[in-house]
Amino acid sequence: MRKVLIAATIAFAAMGAAAQADGTLDKIKSSGIITQGVRESSGLAYTLGNGVYTGYHYDVCQNIIADIKKKLGVEKLDIRYQPVTSQNRVPLVQNGTVDLECGSTTNNKARGRDVDFATTVYIEEIKIAVKANSNIGKLEDLNGKTIATTTGTTSVQTLRKNKRGKDLKFSEVFGKDHADSFLLLQSGRADAFVMDASILAANIARAQNPKDYKILPEVLAVEPIAIMIRKNDPEFKKAVDESIAAQIKTGTIAKLYDKWFMQPIPPNNVTLNMPASDATKEAWANPNDKPTEDYKQPGE
Amino acid sequence: MTYWQDIWDRWQFLWDDRGDGVTYWQWMFSAWGYTVAVAAVSLVVALAIGCLVGTLRTVSQHRVVSALATGWVELFRNIPVLVQLFLWFFVISEIVPGMRGVPSFVLACCALGFFTSARIAEQVRAGIQALPRGQRQAALAMGFTQLQAYRYVILPQTFRIIIPPLTSEAMNIVKNSSVAFAVSIPELISFAMQTQEETSRGIEVYLAATVLYIITALAISWFMSILEKRARVPGLSSQGQGAH
Amino acid sequence: MPALDFSFYTWANISTYLLSGLYFSVSLTIAATIGGIALGTVIALMRLSGIKPLEYAALWYVNLLRSIPLVMVILWFFLLMPSAFYNLFPGDIGQKYRAEICALITFIIFEAAFFSEIVRAGIQSLPRGQTFAGQALGMTYAQNMRYIVLPQAMRNMLPVFLTQTIVLFQDTSLVYAIGAYDILKGFEIMGNTFGRRVETYIMAAVVYFIISFALSMLVKRLNEKIRILR
Repeated sequence: MRKVLIAATIAFAAMGAAAQADGTLDKIKSSGIITQGVRESSGLAYTLGNGVYTGYHYDVCQNIIADIKKKLGVEKLDIRYQPVTSQNRVPLVQNGTVDLECGSTTNNKARGRDVDFATTVYIEEIKIAVKANSNIGKLEDLNGKTIATTTGTTSVQTLRKNKRGKDLKFSEVFGKDHADSFLLLQSGRADAFVMDASILAANIARAQNPKDYKILPEVLAVEPIAIMIRKNDPEFKKAVDESIAAQIKTGTIAKLYDKWFMQPIPPNNVTLNMPASDATKEAWANPNDKPTEDYKQPGE
Repeated sequence: MTYWQDIWDRWQFLWDDRGDGVTYWQWMFSAWGYTVAVAAVSLVVALAIGCLVGTLRTVSQHRVVSALATGWVELFRNIPVLVQLFLWFFVISEIVPGMRGVPSFVLACCALGFFTSARIAEQVRAGIQALPRGQRQAALAMGFTQLQAYRYVILPQTFRIIIPPLTSEAMNIVKNSSVAFAVSIPELISFAMQTQEETSRGIEVYLAATVLYIITALAISWFMSILEKRARVPGLSSQGQGAH
Repeated sequence: MPALDFSFYTWANISTYLLSGLYFSVSLTIAATIGGIALGTVIALMRLSGIKPLEYAALWYVNLLRSIPLVMVILWFFLLMPSAFYNLFPGDIGQKYRAEICALITFIIFEAAFFSEIVRAGIQSLPRGQTFAGQALGMTYAQNMRYIVLPQAMRNMLPVFLTQTIVLFQDTSLVYAIGAYDILKGFEIMGNTFGRRVETYIMAAVVYFIISFALSMLVKRLNEKIRILR
C-alpha cells in the first residue's frame, strides 16, 4: 500500500512539473492569447452572468493586459476568461492554465511556495458582521456564540487563532460559499459572520434589508490581496509590477477603488460605501509584494 | 537519501498544528469519523423508511396508501441530494416551527436518509414483486392475515434477495455523504478542501481522503458479502442494478 | 422567516443567468450518457471476455470508481489533467471550455463504471441458447455480439439506462466543485445577485424535480411498451 502511495504521489508530481514551459511573456506573444483567472462571486471579482465578469481586480488586470499588449508590440491579443474557485486557483496558475489570477487571493508564505504574487493594490481587513439589533460589539462578546465563516478561506484560521489566543469558546459553522455563510447569519443559525470586509459589505448591500446588519469596527486580521502569477518567471512579474506601479502613479488605482467601493455597482446598483483603509493607502504609497506574515496583525 | 526526504517533506504537513492545537492528521481521522457517522445514521433512517414505503407500495387493496408511498418515492428521488440538503437546512427548518435549533448533523442525516429511502423503497418493492405469487397466496390460504403474511413469509425472503442492491446503496450513502460538507459537517471532503487551502498540499490531501473512502467502501462490501453468504436462500437471487 | 419573493424570476433574468446553465446540464447529461454507454459496453465485454488480464482490469476499474465520491473524482481530474491535454482540441475550443471538457470526460469515465454493470447484467440475462445458436451458425465472437447479443441486451436495458440517466442528470449538480456553469450554478449566482438564497434553492428543486419526474414517467411508459413487445 505504502509503495503504491509513493508511486502515485511521484507520478502526480511529475505531471505537474511537465506542465511548466518557457516564459509566460513568450507564450503570450507566440499564441496571441492571455488567460485571466476570474471568480464567480468574491469581493473583488464576480460575474454578471452569461460569461461576463467584472470587479475591482478584474479592472486592474484589464489595464495590466493592455500594458502587456503594448509592451509586446502585438496587434491582437485575445483575452480568455477562466473561472477559478478557491480550491483550484493555485494549481491552475501552477500548471499554466491561468496567466493572471485576478480574484481575491491572500498573499501568504504557504502559497508563495507554489506561485508568485504581483504588487498588492488592496489590503483586506477581516471583520465581523452581526445583526444590527444584537448586542455584540466586539470579538469578546462572541464567547459562547456561533460564528459562521466560509470553507476554504483563511478566515477559518484567523478564527482558530483567536479562539486559542483569547481563550474564547464559540462554535463554528461553515458555509460552502459566502452567500451560504451570510444566509447562516440571516436565518439566525449563526450570531456572526467573520470574513473579508469587502465580502461582508457586498452581501449586506444585496440583502433584502441592508439596515438589519452592521459590520463591527474591530479588525481581526489584515491580509494583502494580490494578483497571482506563475512562480519563477521574473520577466512576466516585472511586466505586471511595472503596469501596477504606473496605475498607482497616475491615480488609476484610486479611481478604480472609488468606482468599485464608493459608487453604485452592477448588476443592481448597490453601494458598498467602504472608504479605502489606512492599510490600503499605505500599500499604494509604498508598493510591495510582502506576504501576510510580514504584516503587523492587530493585537500583536 | 533525498528521495525519502522528498516524500517526507510532502507529507510532513499532516503533523502540523492547524492553529488551535489540533494537528492535520487528527483532524483527518475525525473527519473520517464524521463521514462514517453521517453515512451510518442516514443508512439506518433510509432502511427504516425505505422498507416501510417499499412494502406499502405493494399493498394493492389500499389505493391511497400505495399512492402516497409512490409519491414519497418520486418526490425524494427526483431532486439532487445536494439541493435537498439545502432545502432541509435553509427552508424546511425555517418553516417548520421548533426545527430552528436542530443540529446540522441531524438535518444532513434526514436529507441523506430520505433521499436514499426512496431508492431503497424501489429495491424492496422489486424484491417483493420478484417473489413467486404463490408465496403470498399460500400464506393467505394458511389463514395468515395480510400483516402476518408480510411479517413471516414475504419480507424475510425479500430482505435476503435484495442484499446485493442494498450493498450498493450502502456504498452510495458513504459517497453521497460527501455533500454534507455543504451544510457545515466537518467530513472528509470539507477536510480536504479546507486543508488544501491552508497547506497548499492539494494532491497529498486528496490522495489521503481518497484512500480513506476506498477503505470504507472495501469494509462495507466485505461486511455485506459475509451477510449475504449467511443469509442466502437456496434457489433465490436478485440481480443488482447499477446506480449510485 | 422573511416573506418569500419570487418576483426577480423575470424572463430577462432567467435568460441571463439560467438558460446557458440549463443548456450545459442537459448537454452534459446527454453526452455523458452516450459516452458512458459506449465505454461501459467495452468494459462489460472485457469483463465477460474470459481473458484474465482484461477481466481483472475491468473489475478493478468498476470497483475503484464505485468506491470514490463523484465530487472527489471531479476534483482529481480537474487538478491533474495537464494543460497540454486541452491543446489537443482544434482551435481554441480546449482552452475556452476547459471546465466543461473536464466535466464531460470525468462523467464519461465515472458513469461508464455504472453503465458497464448494467450492460453486463443485460448480457447475462439473455438465454444462453442465443449465443449457442449464433455459434452454431458459424458466427465469430464479434459477430455474435454485434448481431445477436448486444441488440437484444440493449433493448432490454433501455429503461435501466434511462433510470441511470436521471441519476446522472442530478449528479451534474456536483460540477460546482470545478466552477463549471451548470443550472444550479446559474440559480446560485442569480440568487447571490439579488440577495435571495432561500428562493434560489426552492426554485432549483422545482426545476430539477420537473425534469427528472418527466424523465421517470417516460421510463415508466417505455417499460410498459417493452413488456407488451415480449
